[in-house]
Amino acid sequence: MTVSVTDTASEGPSVLEKPASVAETFGIPMAVLAELTHRCPLQCPYCSNPLELERSSTELTTEEWKRVLRELAEIGVLQIHFSGGEPTVRKDLAELVRHANDVGLYTNLITSAVLLDRDKLKALADAGLSHVQISFQGCEPTVADRVAGYKNAHEKKLQAARWTRELDLPLTVNAVMHRQNLHQLSDMIQMAVDLDAHRIEIANVQYYGWALKNRAALMPTVEQMEAAIRIVEEAEQRLKGVLAFDHVIPDYYAARPKKCMGGWGRQFFNITPSGKILPCHAAETITGLNFESVRGNKSIAWIWQNSDAFNRYRGTGWMKEPCKSCAFREEDFGGCRCQAFALTGDAANTDPACAFSPRHEEVFKAAAREAEGETRAFIYRNFAGGTPEAADPGEEKPFSL
Amino acid sequence: MESPRSRRMDVSEASRPVLPRHTKLRFDSTRERWVLLAPERVLAPDDIAVEVLQLCDGERSVEQLVGTLAEKYAADRAEISHDVIAMLQDLADKGFLVEARESSAS
Repeated sequence: MTVSVTDTASEGPSVLEKPASVAETFGIPMAVLAELTHRCPLQCPYCSNPLELERSSTELTTEEWKRVLRELAEIGVLQIHFSGGEPTVRKDLAELVRHANDVGLYTNLITSAVLLDRDKLKALADAGLSHVQISFQGCEPTVADRVAGYKNAHEKKLQAARWTRELDLPLTVNAVMHRQNLHQLSDMIQMAVDLDAHRIEIANVQYYGWALKNRAALMPTVEQMEAAIRIVEEAEQRLKGVLAFDHVIPDYYAARPKKCMGGWGRQFFNITPSGKILPCHAAETITGLNFESVRGNKSIAWIWQNSDAFNRYRGTGWMKEPCKSCAFREEDFGGCRCQAFALTGDAANTDPACAFSPRHEEVFKAAAREAEGETRAFIYRNFAGGTPEAADPGEEKPFSL
Repeated sequence: MESPRSRRMDVSEASRPVLPRHTKLRFDSTRERWVLLAPERVLAPDDIAVEVLQLCDGERSVEQLVGTLAEKYAADRAEISHDVIAMLQDLADKGFLVEARESSAS
């Protein structure tokens, strides 16, 4: 008998990451992102929510979310990520966590943490929350609060992270990186260690929606990217067994596109605040797709398997050249559909992040030019369609729910 | 709260490993297999790995756990010990396994 646990197939017993057989048959995804609300006190210029935010009046009710959570568990979903917007603006969050836990889902909270206090965290812990992810915009308030567009955000996040660990909840630090904070990467990794986090996700901004609007202010230089990769590789070695790393590298500077969402409609879906089911959280940036809702008369499993939006770019049948005859078409599925749409006007085109795309050179050069440029000011994310950063920030407007 | 460094776990026969709050071993009835649920990860342990993980209750030591398996499979104890420790160390390095004393209630 041999016993070993590995992430890839090897001799003997093993623990494999993401069993491939499930994805290949378009089985129900194992993890689902639940965007409970688009309301958020922060105004990060790279927000992954759509430019057109859903109003609180359209949000699913507590009872609707409970029904959805039960249905997800019944059809085979294993993990639920509660996200937003800022999920903690929902007063029923602890109730939803408890319900998710009761129906057997692994619960993960993805939060900005600025609205959390110790009591709220305690209630979430008591409700059975499995894991907390707190986003950080920098390693100190000057950069971090400016990116977030929220006074004292950084200090509040640090405090919430400390409470998280005091309550013995596992913590991931989500470090969202771009040109204006990449110089703080080493310190952000150390901050995660000092906060006693278990894990750090170093996520370079992906450029659609709000981030595309702000690309000139956010795009890193090639030199920054290379330095960041070296910093992460060194830290990952040094902190083995102390801090786990996930590193999402921006694809503009890569020769191969990312296998976005593991391929459209293959491994992932998310649910918007109003109950629409999307193949990825940015899918609404692609015009001309009709997304079904949990409020309609279709089951979630039906929507996943049969709806037009999920089948439109599933597999390889929709592909045009150069994807159609490409040897890598089953490996990356032509990259990201949202990025293809945003940069070429047709989601069925090859993602320009791919070196085989006829637009690759042009996009790469535009990004490199922007990265070397002078643009610093952000367009902040909000329900008004975005507000340009003022030269003098002045007083913060109070956030009202 | 313990210092971060102390989280690093060197698995030995004396260890009493346990799954922390953020790692859950569950039977997935849809796919009819055991899964190990962790932050942004679903791992697929095979039959013997499942058996090992089920014995990681924070009470048993690795020594006891290896003894149980050696008896059950009538296999070489040293070999089992080596393989089990390697597997547990790999999970510990990823943060999916901890010493019982610093485990989270779940």
